[in-house]
Amino acid sequence: MSEPAEKPPGTAWSGLTEQALFVLVAILVPVCLHAIFRAVPTEEKMGVVQRIFYFHVPSALAGFLGVGLCALFSALYLWRRDRRLDLLAHASAELGVMFLTIVLLTGPIWARPVWGVWWTGEARLTSTLVLWLLYAGYLILRQSTENPEQGARFCAVIGLVGALDVPIIYYSVEWWRGLHPKVLKISGGQGLDAEMAKALTLCSTTFILLFLLLLLQRVRLGRLQDEVESLTLVANRRAPYTEPA
Amino acid sequence: MTYLRAVLLVAEKDLKVELRSREQVVTLLFFALLVLVVFNFAFDFTVIDFVTLGPGVLWVAFIFSGVLAISRSFQIEREQDRIQGILLAPIDRSAFYLGKVAATVLFMAAVETILVPVAVVMFNFRFNSQTALVVLAFILNTIGFAAVGTLFAAMTTSTRRAELLLPLLLFPAAVPVALAAVKTTTHLLAGHPFAAYSHWVLMSAAYDVIFLAAAVLLFDEALEE
Repeated sequence: MSEPAEKPPGTAWSGLTEQALFVLVAILVPVCLHAIFRAVPTEEKMGVVQRIFYFHVPSALAGFLGVGLCALFSALYLWRRDRRLDLLAHASAELGVMFLTIVLLTGPIWARPVWGVWWTGEARLTSTLVLWLLYAGYLILRQSTENPEQGARFCAVIGLVGALDVPIIYYSVEWWRGLHPKVLKISGGQGLDAEMAKALTLCSTTFILLFLLLLLQRVRLGRLQDEVESLTLVANRRAPYTEPA
Repeated sequence: MTYLRAVLLVAEKDLKVELRSREQVVTLLFFALLVLVVFNFAFDFTVIDFVTLGPGVLWVAFIFSGVLAISRSFQIEREQDRIQGILLAPIDRSAFYLGKVAATVLFMAAVETILVPVAVVMFNFRFNSQTALVVLAFILNTIGFAAVGTLFAAMTTSTRRAELLLPLLLFPAAVPVALAAVKTTTHLLAGHPFAAYSHWVLMSAAYDVIFLAAAVLLFDEALEE
């Protein structure tokens, strides 16, 4: 046997995309760092610490993208029952949790000098934390199921219920209390300085690309894990247990 | 057999089991009571107004005992594989789900009915005519909690960490219920007009409808095959 008989469909395409994304991200990350630490003017009132904003907001975008994609792929999985869709849902949830962790870590670092506290019961902090807890639960559920098929089904349900819950959680916590700075115009702020907006767009794009790169790699890893598992199964079947001589 | 009749039969079965064994509601009640007692020690209610902390304390007690009720509700089906019998029965699986939700709501309501007067006495609160509306808030939020909890419990009981996983998944998902319940109760006890908390009541109602509908559609996937 010289070559694997057949590669799963879509492998060549995703391999190429993965390489292209890798090159793009490798170029963009130093550019972002330059933009954040050299090019962008220091914020007038908050000072240097405001620069963490260029990590915080893009991570939040990537985190929410993860949660959204997880719901999308969960729904598609329940419809088509394709293992690849489940791998995508799982990878999206994992990355969502990872990027939300970055959001929850960078937030307090900024809040301490600016608000004077590490953490408050403020609305967006709380809803992000709740979201993080929900999807951390998703990952724990996946580890606790008895077989992958069951894990895929149960997690798809959680992914969908979670997506329905996110807007309700958001509004309930918002009504409960709100004080988060509304910087971007969409959320009612007065908008950013042109230089800052440019840097933010650049960093957000980079983070989204990084997200996609990690997503493809995680899916490939999942596929390899599946392959190892099935090969182990075959090997075990071919070599029945023999009494030692 | 009509759909509604199937729902009622499942609920009736759970109630019969409970009436004969009388183990669940009593245990839940004592557990909820203990939570109140713990809070009674933790906060000095002679200094703090009941309206400020009371609703939160009450709902922590309801939610904790509710999680126990929900996970128990599926554990009894797992014992001796009773669930197989129900899955083989010629009823829609979502009817089984709705019956379970109905029974859980009744158990939780029983606990709530007994616990509220106890709390009122314990924390020296004075009732007025409007406070009776609290019942509505309790029912709406209990349904929402039981709706999501029952869907999740169907999944978690067949996993390795059943008892641990249910609260882990349910508490974050039920945050809107907890907030709406506490806020509505606070407004009601403080005697505010309906306009002050109508959005919370609406949210609770919307939560109930959305998740009951979602669970009816998804319940098939949540069962072990």
